[in-house]
Amino acid sequence: MTDDIYKGYRGESKEVLKRFGVRVWSDVEITSVKGTFRGIILPRSEIADDRHIVLKMSSGYNIGILAKSIRDIRESGYKEAHYKIPESQFPVDEGKPSVTLLGTGGTIASRLDYRTGAVIPAFSPGELYGAVPELADICNLKTEKLFGIFSENMGPEQWITTARAIGREIENGADGLIIGHGTDTMHHTAAVLSFMVQNPPVPILLVGSQRSSDRPSSDAAFNLRCATYTAARSDIAEVMICMFGPTSDKYNLLHRGTRVRKMHSSYRSTFRTIGDTPIAMVSPDTVIPIKTDYRRRRADRKAAVDTAFEEKVSIVYYYPNMQPDIIEALVDHGYRGIVIAGTGLGHVNKPLYEPLRKAVQKGVAVYMTVQTLWGYVHMYVYDTGRDLMDIGVVPAANMLPEVAYMKLCWVLGHTREPDKVREMMLAPVAGEITEREPPNGYIILQGGIPEVEEFIGRQFL
Amino acid sequence: VEFHPLNPFREDFDYERAGLRCGLEIHYQLDTKTKLFCRCPVGLRDDPHDAVIVRHMRPTLSELGEYDGTALMEFKTKKEVHYQLHYDTVCTYEMDDTPPFLLNREALEISLEIALLLNCQAADEIHVSRKQYLDGSIPTGFQRTIAVGVSGFIPFRGKRIGILQLCLEEDACREVSDQGHVIIFRTDRLSTPLVEVITAPDMRTPEEAMEVDRELGRILRATGRVRRGIGTVRQDVNASVEGGTRVEIKGVPRTGMIRRLVHYEAVRQSALLRLKDELRSRGIGSTTFIAVPILCTELFRNTGSKAIAGAIAPSVAPATTPAIASSIDPAAGGGGVSASGGVVGAVKLCGFAGLLGFPVSPGRTFADELKGRVRVIACLDKEPILFHSDGPARGLGATSGSGAPAVPRGEVGPVDDGLSSAEIQALRKAISANYTDAIVVVWGKEEDVNTALSEIAARAREAIQGVPNETRQVLRSGETDFERILPGPNRMYPDTDSAPIPIGPEFLAKVRSSLPPSPVLWRERYGAVLSEELQSQLIDRGLMETFHEVLAETGCDPALLAYTLTATLSRLSRAGLIRDGVGRARLLELFRAHKKGLLSREAIPGALTADQSAIPKGFSADDEIREEARKLLRKAKGSRDFRGARGREKLRDWLIGRVKGRLGPRAEGGKTRSIVDELLGSEKTGGEAAP
Repeated sequence: MTDDIYKGYRGESKEVLKRFGVRVWSDVEITSVKGTFRGIILPRSEIADDRHIVLKMSSGYNIGILAKSIRDIRESGYKEAHYKIPESQFPVDEGKPSVTLLGTGGTIASRLDYRTGAVIPAFSPGELYGAVPELADICNLKTEKLFGIFSENMGPEQWITTARAIGREIENGADGLIIGHGTDTMHHTAAVLSFMVQNPPVPILLVGSQRSSDRPSSDAAFNLRCATYTAARSDIAEVMICMFGPTSDKYNLLHRGTRVRKMHSSYRSTFRTIGDTPIAMVSPDTVIPIKTDYRRRRADRKAAVDTAFEEKVSIVYYYPNMQPDIIEALVDHGYRGIVIAGTGLGHVNKPLYEPLRKAVQKGVAVYMTVQTLWGYVHMYVYDTGRDLMDIGVVPAANMLPEVAYMKLCWVLGHTREPDKVREMMLAPVAGEITEREPPNGYIILQGGIPEVEEFIGRQFL
Repeated sequence: VEFHPLNPFREDFDYERAGLRCGLEIHYQLDTKTKLFCRCPVGLRDDPHDAVIVRHMRPTLSELGEYDGTALMEFKTKKEVHYQLHYDTVCTYEMDDTPPFLLNREALEISLEIALLLNCQAADEIHVSRKQYLDGSIPTGFQRTIAVGVSGFIPFRGKRIGILQLCLEEDACREVSDQGHVIIFRTDRLSTPLVEVITAPDMRTPEEAMEVDRELGRILRATGRVRRGIGTVRQDVNASVEGGTRVEIKGVPRTGMIRRLVHYEAVRQSALLRLKDELRSRGIGSTTFIAVPILCTELFRNTGSKAIAGAIAPSVAPATTPAIASSIDPAAGGGGVSASGGVVGAVKLCGFAGLLGFPVSPGRTFADELKGRVRVIACLDKEPILFHSDGPARGLGATSGSGAPAVPRGEVGPVDDGLSSAEIQALRKAISANYTDAIVVVWGKEEDVNTALSEIAARAREAIQGVPNETRQVLRSGETDFERILPGPNRMYPDTDSAPIPIGPEFLAKVRSSLPPSPVLWRERYGAVLSEELQSQLIDRGLMETFHEVLAETGCDPALLAYTLTATLSRLSRAGLIRDGVGRARLLELFRAHKKGLLSREAIPGALTADQSAIPKGFSADDEIREEARKLLRKAKGSRDFRGARGREKLRDWLIGRVKGRLGPRAEGGKTRSIVDELLGSEKTGGEAAP
C-alpha cells in the first residue's frame, strides 16, 4: 500500500484509516462516539488539519468526522471518482477558419484539486468541446497545452514559450490564436506578447474567466465563445484581451494588449482599457469595432517574433517616506532597469534623488510612470519632475507601469546602451504610448449620481 | 376493448394498500441580522430596484464527475436570467462577483441548536457544498449549503420519524416572472440563512405528513431564533406509492395543504401505474415504443384555431432597439413567438390512442403530464399549450380529455380553440397514423417546437416505467404540475471558495448547555396527563413553561390547568374580558386557591377577569353579539338608507359599528363581522335591499 491511497491524510486521521484498513474512495460505515455515518471517504486537502476524515454521504453532502472519536470503520465497497468533462472529438469542417488555443492554465477550464481543495486547470479540445459545444459552430479548433499554471507563476520562460508557439502557429496557417490564461497577470502577458510578437497577421486573444468554469454561472464559456469568434472572424490583428464588458452576460470587450489592466479582484468585468476606449465590442457571433485605428488582418504568415528579455528589472511603487535604501538595494543586486510608479504627474521624494542619480550613473535604466494609471507623466510641470529628469529618470509618457516594466525587460534584452534603450522605450510598437488621450478614455462612472443611476437603470449592470 | 382508467377519486383511498410513503423537507429562515456569507442586512424589498444584471447558466460536473439530470434539463430551457437588485441590501457577493466571506457564526450556532433538538449526530467538521440550481434562482448557479447534522429523529405518536439530515444554507431569490425564455428574479431574499430539515420517508398517510410538519415547526420555533411570517417557512413534501417513484412537491404554501397534495399524489401515481399496465397490455414497451415527430405548419395555414393561427402568422418586423449593447446580443429582447412566424409540430405516439385523456387526478389527464414538460422545458408557456387527438374537437373545449376542467398554472385556454376533425384527419394522413395512435400538436418558435416534440416523446416513453422522477409544483386545486426533473446527489460539489470549519467539542457543549426546552420534552413529560391536542395548544401558544411552573407549584389538576390556559383564556380574551393575558402570579394564586378548595372549578374563568361583574350569563359572547345584531337588523329593515347598489354593504358596516358600540370590548371585531355576515347571509330573501 502506497501513501497515495491516503490522498492528503496525515497524522492522526491517516493512522485511523490505516488501522481499519480503509483508503480514500472506500465506501464505508463509520461508527464514532456520536453514532453511525455512511459514505465514501474523500481525499483530504493538504492544507486542512490532520484530525478529521471527510465522507461524501449518499445525499451528496460532505461531512468531517473527528478521527479520534472513531470506534470502527467497515468498508463495503470502493468508488473512485473520475472527474472528467465528457470528451468528444471536436468536429472538423473544412469551410470554417482554424483557430489554435494555447493553454497556459487559469480557470478557463478547470477541475477540482483535492490536494488544495481548490480548482486546478484542466484542458483538452475534447473537454472544451464537451463543455462548450458552441465552439464547433465557429471554427476548427486545435489546442495545445503549453503549461498548466496559475497566472501568478507565469515568467519569462513561459512568455517566451508562448510567443514562439504563437509564431509557429501563425506560420502553420492558424486564422487566429487564443491563449487561455489566468486573469491575475493576464495583462502582463498581453503586454509582453505585444512586444514579442509584433505586427501579427491574425488576431491573438488572451482569455480567461473570473468565475471558474466549474460553476454554472461561470463567465468562461461566454469569454471563450467571444474570443473564438474574434480569433476566427474579426479583422483585428493585434494582441488583445477578450473579457466581460459589463458584469452581465451581454458582450465582451476587446482591449489592446498594452492598454489594459485588471481593475477588480473579483468582478467579471474586471479588465478595463486605461486611457483610451476598448478596440471593439464582441458577442459570440458579432464584432462591433469601437476604434478604427487597429491593425488589419493580413493573408501573409509573417509575424516578427522577438523574445529578447532581461529579467533584472523591477517596478518600484513609490509611497511617501520611501527610504533611499530600496533603490540602493536594487542597484546593489544588479538590477538593470527600474520602472517607478510615481505619484501624480510622476514624482518621488527628495531622499530618492541621490540613489536614483547613482543608479543612472551605474547604467541602470530608470523610467517614470504614474500610479494614477490614467494620464501622462508630465515632468516639466514641477521642479521635482525637472530635477528627476536632470538626474536621468526618463518619463515614459502614458505607458502603464506594468506595460513599461515588460517593455523595459524586452528592450534591455536587446541593448543596454542608454540612448538606444531610450529610443526603443519611447517609440511605440503596439500602442503602449499614445499620442493623445481621448476625452472618453477616462470614464469611471460613480454610483449614486442621479444621471448615472438613470443610465444604469436603462441597461444591465 | 373498452378501457376504464380509474375509479373515482375517493377520499377513502387506501394508503396502506397503495404503500404510500412520504417525507418532508422543511425550510425555516433563521432570525439573524445579516446574511449567511456576507454582511448584507436580511430583509425583503418591495420598492423599485436599482439595477438589473443578466446571466445564463450552464451545467457543470459533480464532484464525482457526473452531470446532474436536472441541470441538463434546465440547460435545455436556454433561459436568460435577470436579477433585480437594491444597492443597500445586495452586495457583490450575492451577484456572484465576489467569493463568500466567512460563515455567519450566529447562523451556525442556531443550526447546531436545531440539530441537537432533532437528535442529530452533529458534524465534527462542516463542509460547505454547492448544490446546483440551474433555474437561475441563485446567481452563482448553486446554493451554498452545509450538512450540520445527520441521522436524527423526533418521536411522534409512539413512533420515530427519522431526520436524515439538517442543513444550514442560503436562501434563493424570489421569482418575479417567468415568460418564454426570460425569467426575472428579485435578489432581496437571496443568501438569507435558513435551515433545511429532511425527514426520512416515514410518514404513511397524508394526515401524518401534515401533523409531522406541524410538530417540526414547533420544535424549530422553540429556539426562538427562526423567522416567522409569510415566506419565512417553506416546505416540500415527497411521496411515493408502492411501484411508484419518489416525487417531490415543491413550495407547499400552507401546512394545511399537505394532506390534499399527498392524497392527490398518491392518486396520481396509482393512476400512472394503471396506465403503465395498460401500455403493457397494449404491447408497448421500451423496445416497441415509437414516437414520430414532424413539422406540419402548412396543414394549419388556414386553421380555425386562434392559438395556432396567431403563432404561425408571418412575422411583423419587431421594434428594434438602437442601443448597441442590446443590438449585438441575439438574445436581447427575449424569445417570443411574435418576433417571427412560428411553426407547428406534431408527434405521433404509436398505440397511445385514448390514453392522453386518461385521468390522473380529478382535474387532470395524462395530456397535462405532457403539457407540463412542454411548458417548462420548451418554454412554450402560453395556454393552450398543446392539442391532441384524444381531446374534443374544436368548439368542445380543448385542454382536457376527461371533460373536467384542467387547472393549469394561471388561466385555462379558450374553450372554443382546438383541432377540427378535418385537421386531425389531415394530420393522421401526414404522419401515417392509424386509429390506435395518438397525436399531439404544439406550435411556436421552431427551436422550441423541436424541444417540445422530443420532450413529449420522452415523457410518453416514461409512462412505460410508470412514474417519472420529478419535482412538481403546487396548483391551487391541491393537484400538481411538472416543475423539473428530480435532482440527485450529482448536483453536489464542494465549495472551493470555503475551507472546512471544525466544530470543537467546547462549542458544541456550549450550544447543548443552552438548549431551550423542546416540545418533545414537554410531550414526554405530560403525555400521560394531557391530550395531544392540549399539549399542542400549550406549545403553540408558548404556554408550556407557565403550565409547567403552575402545575409544579400547585399540584392542581393538569387537564383543568391546561384547559384554562388554552380554551378558557382565549375565550375570555376574544370576548375582550382580558386584555394582556394573565400573569403567572395570578394563575398561581387562583390554582392554589382551587387546590385548597377555596375556588370552584366553575369560578375560575370569572376569577381570571379583572372585572368579575363583566362576566355575562353563560359566558357566551357569540350569543350576545348575535342577539344584538338581530335586534338591530329588525330595526334597519325598510330603511331607505340601505337601498341601492351599495345598500347591503352599508348595512353591514352599520350593523358591525352599532354592535361594537353597544357591547364594547365583548364584541371582538372578527367575531362580530362573521356573525353579522352569517345573519345577512340567511337574510337574503329579506326586503331590506329590495328596490
